[in-house]
Amino acid sequence: MQIQPILAALRKHRLATLLIALEVALACAVLCNACSLIANRIAAMQLESGVDEASLGFIALQGFDSKTATDLNARVVAGLRAIPGVQSAHVINSVPFGPQAGNAGITLDPAGKHFGGVINFYVGDPGTPEALGLHQVAGHLPDADDYSQVPADFVPNDAHVLISRSLAEHLWPDQNPLGKEFWVSKFHFRVIGVVPHLSVQQYNEEGLQGAEWTVFVPARPGGALAGTYLLRADPRDLDRVMTQAKAAIAKIAPDAVLDLDNSHTLGELRSRFFRNDRAMAGLLVGVIAALLLVTSLGIVGLASFWVAQRHKQIGIRRALGARRVDILHYFQTENFLIVTFGIVPGIVMALAINLTLMKFYELPRLPLLYLPIGAVALWALGQLAVLHPALRAAAVPPVVATRTV
Amino acid sequence: MFAYYLNLAIRSLKRNKVLTALMVLAIAVGIGASMTTLTVMHLLSGDPLPEKSAHLFYAQVDGDPTPDYKHQEPPDALDYRSALDLWSAHRADRQALLVDSQIKGRAPDVDRPPLMLMMLSTTADFFPMFEVPFRYGSAWTPADDANRARVAVISSDLNDKLFGGRNSVGRTLRLKDSDVRIVGVLAPWRPSPQFYDVRGGRFANGDTAGYYTKPEDVFTPFFTGLEINDGNFYQFNCWAPPPTPGHLENSPCNWVGLWVELGSAAKAASYRAFLNSYAQQQKALGRIGYTETRLRKLMQWLDFNRVVPSDVKLQTWLAFAFLAICLFNTVGLLLAKFLRRAGEIGVRRAMGASRRAVFAQCLVEAGMIGLLGGIGGWLLTLFGLWLVREQPVAYADLAHLDAGMFALTFILSVAVSLLAGALPALRASRIAPALQLKTL
Repeated sequence: MQIQPILAALRKHRLATLLIALEVALACAVLCNACSLIANRIAAMQLESGVDEASLGFIALQGFDSKTATDLNARVVAGLRAIPGVQSAHVINSVPFGPQAGNAGITLDPAGKHFGGVINFYVGDPGTPEALGLHQVAGHLPDADDYSQVPADFVPNDAHVLISRSLAEHLWPDQNPLGKEFWVSKFHFRVIGVVPHLSVQQYNEEGLQGAEWTVFVPARPGGALAGTYLLRADPRDLDRVMTQAKAAIAKIAPDAVLDLDNSHTLGELRSRFFRNDRAMAGLLVGVIAALLLVTSLGIVGLASFWVAQRHKQIGIRRALGARRVDILHYFQTENFLIVTFGIVPGIVMALAINLTLMKFYELPRLPLLYLPIGAVALWALGQLAVLHPALRAAAVPPVVATRTV
Repeated sequence: MFAYYLNLAIRSLKRNKVLTALMVLAIAVGIGASMTTLTVMHLLSGDPLPEKSAHLFYAQVDGDPTPDYKHQEPPDALDYRSALDLWSAHRADRQALLVDSQIKGRAPDVDRPPLMLMMLSTTADFFPMFEVPFRYGSAWTPADDANRARVAVISSDLNDKLFGGRNSVGRTLRLKDSDVRIVGVLAPWRPSPQFYDVRGGRFANGDTAGYYTKPEDVFTPFFTGLEINDGNFYQFNCWAPPPTPGHLENSPCNWVGLWVELGSAAKAASYRAFLNSYAQQQKALGRIGYTETRLRKLMQWLDFNRVVPSDVKLQTWLAFAFLAICLFNTVGLLLAKFLRRAGEIGVRRAMGASRRAVFAQCLVEAGMIGLLGGIGGWLLTLFGLWLVREQPVAYADLAHLDAGMFALTFILSVAVSLLAGALPALRASRIAPALQLKTL
């Protein structure tokens, strides 16, 4: 196939060629960036909570008198354990994807000079790590002696804690975290174990980088640790157990109000946590589909027009000996060239848009692999769109050459 | 002449229905997407009090006695002492302290289990300052603030829930363990965003949809609220752990908001000077360590907190990139359409039509496509907004098309199609009549 005559013909239609090329360029730029955004959202949704989500439920109470905290905990835990199918019930301040319960900046020295970041605190009563399904990759889970009384505020004054691997690597890169200490003002913490994953309750100001900056503080229930409970049941029973637990609360704790917004299974809490990401990813998929559709419609429209315009020339070529397949290839090659004219500036635009987005929305850099994939997708789209008009062109009979109009 | 062009346009559009449909569809989809996101942007970035916002200011002082190097900006809320000092100085036309908290509430004479309510504790100026509409009764008086009177104003929603929407002024509400008398019921009030509670936006990583929730259910006088819900207040931040969490008076925490109304630029300048001199004086006394203060106008405060969620901004950019693609598409198709009629245009030119007349005729046809695309775009916008309302976001119930945005749909659509039509129309008007007539 000779490209020279095609380029000569396109030069005659500079404007239309330019328009389609520009459309392809914009589509390429938006396509690459939208795909990268979708990939980011999907990656964010893969966050590992580190706990047995399928077996866990969370019950939150509000509006009770904090003076009755110990009594309330005893009543609720006993009441929840009595529900058939409940494997265990524990007092815990919050769960992954649950309400924000403990969030504080830590320092690596008692004087508070060396800031370590803002992290999430989990506080739970004896047996909670086992119920959550936490297991250590270093050190050990808290012993009975590690559980101490929580004062009216925050956490025990001197606690032996589990930390996530992500936090350990952030605070003490390439060091053994066991036995290391950190402080929140007068509160002192010593690391006794490391768990592979434990995600935050809600993102804090550290955003995605701190998604797993968490510690688990063993404590005895009472004081500030009251009103929020962890249920463990077989995944098959969990929905029924949760329904029964919510109904039972009215009898067990008539003095409290069930927090319907937050009392859910961990699966439901997780799905709620990521619903914005899911909605945005869905929207982007819709935009990409509409974008490809509109671009292909543009190609179909213009190609059809050119086929109609060149009706007679096609007839003459056919009469002079061109085969059908030559005509078909002519239009396909022409389309390939136009799309290529679009892809080159499109790639530059994709990178420019990505740089702008990185500046304003703190998005990661566009992986370069997306550029060839976007280019191939648009070439394929162009060929698909031009196929029907090109076949129509190939079907023009040679006899057309003999007609005057 | 216009009517004639219109007639020609309709004939021409009818001649090639598929091409016409493609163009109308492209414009409709582009307009639908961009108007949906633009409407949401318009709702979220609007001024909640357009007539007044220039006179409303949010005051910031840093109460921390030993700020570290990280302080470049006073915190988003005041400590109790600074808030009270500034409020009781009465240097502004109006001033309101505010803090919100969650409280258990029920109506003793209504058979309904208790609810958890959001309570805003504020001072009497809040209502006139923010032009809060009342359905029944009225706000409490400054004397009620001073006397810690057990009174409350409730929202229209709560009045519907507890009292079936009837006038409940004079009835009793039990908040935690205290009885308060209802003195006012608000008319439906839905500021967008819930601007007076906005704070902490710079730490939200763009996830700011929560600023568009509904106003609180219960409003009580500031000091009354602190008494009846003692132990249930949350700090914005603390520079040392509070001795009694939930009880924040005289704690090392920032947690109270102060809004002031200043009727003129001179008053604003003098209030700014007052804030600065207060901070200097407190620093001299050794109570605070950092004398930077801020006094931002309402809209500046919303901008500072970047209230429009970053997802919404991203969607708007995306929609306009999409509209641009639709525009290029339409230009290409119109070009094809007009040049295909070269023969017809050649005849018109030969019969004496000026270039301008051909140009106008082509533009009328493009505008016609824009109008049809506008109708499609309007329907798609309604569909898009319905989709937004189905989303579980705080601003979902706000997503409606108002008259201005309805008009803008058609203006944008016709403008886009005229823009798309300009170049092809220019090309068409340049057609040399002789050449065309020869080929006929």
